[in-house]
Amino acid sequence: MSPYRTDRILIGTLRCAAVVSGLIVAVVALFLVSESVPALRQIGPYRFFTDSAWHPAPHSGESTFNLVPMIVGTLTVTAGALALATPLGLGSAMFLRFYAPPKLGVIYRKIIELLAGIPSVVFGFWGLVTIVPLINSIHAPGASLLAGICILAIMILPTVALVSDAAFEVVPKEYVKGAAALGLSRWATIRGVVIPSAKSGLFTAIILQTGRALGETMAVLMVCGNVVQVPKSVFEPVRTLTANIALEMAYALDPHRSALFVSGLLLLTLVAGLVLLADVLSRRYECSQ
Amino acid sequence: MKHKYSLHLLLVLLISALLTGLANAAEKKLILTGSSTIAPLVSEIAKRYEKENPGLRVDVQTGGSSRGVADARRGLADIGMVSRELKAEEDDLLAFAIAKDGICLITNQSNPVASLSDEQVVKIYRGEITNWKEVGGNDAPITVVNKAEGRSTLELFLKHYGLKNQEVKAHVIIGDNEQGVKTVSGNPNALGYVSIGTAEFDAADGVPIKLLPVGGVEASMANVKSGEFPLSRPLNLVVRGQPEGFASDFIRFASSSKVDDIVKEQYFVPVSN
Repeated sequence: MSPYRTDRILIGTLRCAAVVSGLIVAVVALFLVSESVPALRQIGPYRFFTDSAWHPAPHSGESTFNLVPMIVGTLTVTAGALALATPLGLGSAMFLRFYAPPKLGVIYRKIIELLAGIPSVVFGFWGLVTIVPLINSIHAPGASLLAGICILAIMILPTVALVSDAAFEVVPKEYVKGAAALGLSRWATIRGVVIPSAKSGLFTAIILQTGRALGETMAVLMVCGNVVQVPKSVFEPVRTLTANIALEMAYALDPHRSALFVSGLLLLTLVAGLVLLADVLSRRYECSQ
Repeated sequence: MKHKYSLHLLLVLLISALLTGLANAAEKKLILTGSSTIAPLVSEIAKRYEKENPGLRVDVQTGGSSRGVADARRGLADIGMVSRELKAEEDDLLAFAIAKDGICLITNQSNPVASLSDEQVVKIYRGEITNWKEVGGNDAPITVVNKAEGRSTLELFLKHYGLKNQEVKAHVIIGDNEQGVKTVSGNPNALGYVSIGTAEFDAADGVPIKLLPVGGVEASMANVKSGEFPLSRPLNLVVRGQPEGFASDFIRFASSSKVDDIVKEQYFVPVSN
């Protein structure tokens, strides 16, 4: 077999793989749109934002389809988890790379990798039997926005830590050595040299974890209480878009079912917007460097 | 170049489609979909039925009673599983009860309240009573646990107490029974409702929950069987039109005394006699 022929086979295989993965995204998006159309047509896009509440099942009398509390739920849980996990994850990565003694560093990294591998339903169950009762002892009912934020923060923390660690790793060694030669302290090196040059990688870490936080379902479903409302405090229960789909999809009939697809479509749009934002921002960072 | 590869792909797809087609033709298949309460029971019954009828495969899928009704209507399933009485507008379907199930209110074991009147339950779920001391318990806020929309347990509960879901002021909304038991066992001030089968099994298993009587009748499997317990429901297999062939045979098998032991194992009440 000539090298030329191997090349051709490889290119063919790679093209197929690329087409398949691209097609999957397209098909999913198309499917979501086509399943949402009946609801968008019958109910109209505005009622998803202006209806009085979310009571989509036809047996409960007049059906109403307000998605706003769920959008707020998704955004607040995600924002809270980000606010908790980002400093913790960045701190872990810095500790791992610049402060930890080598042996401890190895063990610490293994622990974080293990944390990244724990299935979400395990986190959810753990949250339900420990975090929720704990919060309940402070403020009833326990299953709340706060519980969701805590669980989600723990879940996305390893992603931030590992991806930012990888970003720190590719910072050229000469930079760090140069900073040391200038007599900068370790913290000054990190702040003035490492973070600026790893900025786009750190940014990727944050975007990746945001995507995961937006899409997380099982754990959030188990600890958040799932009451459809705009929370007035962190102790009140909320329902996220993903939990809404998971809770109701199995039992939903038209137009309820179609309305759930609309919430899926909304979620996809949120994530797409996030990816776009990340692209724009990281390009700007690269330009400024 | 491009053509050649798409041709290969097409060939692979065709062959795999052919193979799966052949495999399916080799055995007859009976599809049941519907209530997640009935599905585990029917799965066990199906295993025994498959043993007695080699060459037949029974496929059981969950998705709720609403799906059971819809699939039986559209012919997507041979038999639907519906864990409630059929509604008036569902008279195009025939229902065959294979067992009975009851729903009961549960509280944490540490809760001193021994019973709640129907009126108290309604007031608690409407948010008019919000503290346990108003019904003779501790001075603690009540955590109201409700089920997600579309679940037949929710429908039965609301119907029995004459409630509308819009007026229920819940603090926690749950999906399946186990999630309800875990929520109540982890919260000393919670009030929820689940299937008696699940509750009795978990309580006997040492889970710290307490089953409250309804209308003065103790919540137990025995009282569901005798028909005394007010909050109960039939577990139905539904079909569109008179069942034929394997479907009819399976329904006869599932409602016969041959499966009583399976029904009891799953903490439901047999109806065969």
